[in-house]
Amino acid sequence: MKKYSLFSLARNAFSHHQNWQPAWRNPEPKPAYDVLIVGGGGHGLATAYYLAKEHGISNVAVLEKGWIGGGNTGRNTTIVRSNYLWDEAAQLYEKSLQLWEGLSQDINYNVMFSQRGVFNLAHTLQDVRDVQRRVHANLLNGVDSEWVPVDRLKQMIPILNVSSDARYPVLGASLQRRGGVARHDAVAWGFARAADARGVDIIQNCEVTGIRREGGQVVGVDTTRGAISARKIGVVTAGNSSVLAAMADLRFPIDSHPLQALVSEPLKPILDTVVMSNAVHGYVSQSDKGELVIGAGIDAYTGYGQRGSPHIIEGNLAAIKELFPMFSRVRMLRQWGGIVDTCPDACPIISKTPVSGLYFNCGWGTGGFKATPGSGWVFAHTIARDQPHSLNAPFSLERFVTGHLIDEHGAAGVAH
Amino acid sequence: MLQIDCPWCGPRDETEFSYGGEAHIVRPSDPDATSDEAWADYLFMRTNPRGRHAEQWCHAHGCRRWFNVVRDTVSYRIEAVYRIGGQGPGGSHDPA
Repeated sequence: MKKYSLFSLARNAFSHHQNWQPAWRNPEPKPAYDVLIVGGGGHGLATAYYLAKEHGISNVAVLEKGWIGGGNTGRNTTIVRSNYLWDEAAQLYEKSLQLWEGLSQDINYNVMFSQRGVFNLAHTLQDVRDVQRRVHANLLNGVDSEWVPVDRLKQMIPILNVSSDARYPVLGASLQRRGGVARHDAVAWGFARAADARGVDIIQNCEVTGIRREGGQVVGVDTTRGAISARKIGVVTAGNSSVLAAMADLRFPIDSHPLQALVSEPLKPILDTVVMSNAVHGYVSQSDKGELVIGAGIDAYTGYGQRGSPHIIEGNLAAIKELFPMFSRVRMLRQWGGIVDTCPDACPIISKTPVSGLYFNCGWGTGGFKATPGSGWVFAHTIARDQPHSLNAPFSLERFVTGHLIDEHGAAGVAH
Repeated sequence: MLQIDCPWCGPRDETEFSYGGEAHIVRPSDPDATSDEAWADYLFMRTNPRGRHAEQWCHAHGCRRWFNVVRDTVSYRIEAVYRIGGQGPGGSHDPA
């Protein structure tokens, strides 16, 4: 793989950028691999990359039923933060945030990680107490976090409506300055290119249709491009996790829901940070192209249709307009849905399973993008060593039997 | 938005209803004698199928009664609506 640099940019300019090497190969699947990763989204590609980089396992294939990054990796609102309430979650997401901070250099691909800060608004006295509790918990876990009173908030985000006449007045916010956004497509492409450079085969248009087992041990998968053998298989398929689990006769505590997002027409720079509100359920940032990137909530019902209901967006935009009255006449350009795998405790499952050699990384629900590098890092460890890293040990499938849930629902400002 | 045919009130907009998840999950009759695994299966594990799904809805802003729906989770088309304890249209996820 040729390294991207200022010099390579200049060199390729001489040939009118016609001779760039493809970012990754497009190999035919081999009959057998040491490890198969099912799902070519950010988490799966990151897993493959860290398997090769951290554990020296490069005889790996990533199997993707569509094209890489075409699922939730390309459908989210790109927010990155680590200000979770509970120790287990804070440490997992903080590991991920630390990886984000060096990611562009590590994979030699500009993921446009922009630490522009993330605000979580409080609208009621109970919100204020909850947010301040979370700020203190974050500080005890070494996660940067601060409480911003409403007068200072108005100075930092002048266009935010902090009037006491608002339907849900803003009383303050938490701020994580190291949080921000990243370019979601670049994350998929960058991990794909870096994994490919270390020998990983990225196989697109290859849907897994069955998981082969012999005596409680996985031995391979059936795909639309033929059978492929492997004695270690990591499944990272987000909304389709229950479908893959059923192929191995497993039942998971997961419900799949449509989650929508939308972007506006491009505007001049107006919002230089990320603003999230759980109470009114809206979150917004502005992309480098100038579009407002807005996230909505999930549809109540389970679904795999990759589209959501208009009334969800209506409620969402009402909240955005209440927070930012000046956006009232902005036109929306595109709207789309992705399928998120929600867990009862709003925390992921990164775990071994009762089937030997079969590992699952799922249940990220509405907020998996921020965890992409950390998720891949701990999942690679889990697969390579056949045991979880201390960071993801609490996120086992067994916690639903032991009752040791990590209840981040509402507690951590869990929106997305 | 879905249009749901409430068995008591007739067709109404989805926003009048609340969703109650997978139908026909039976609470173990003797929790004290139920293993942790079986209890976890009852409490947390879900079929979450890609396709036909028997599920519960409540007409929260209408008659406030619960009922069952068979809906396709990909097309979102509603195949059948029937009362609690009533007979579903048959199929793998319907009551025996």
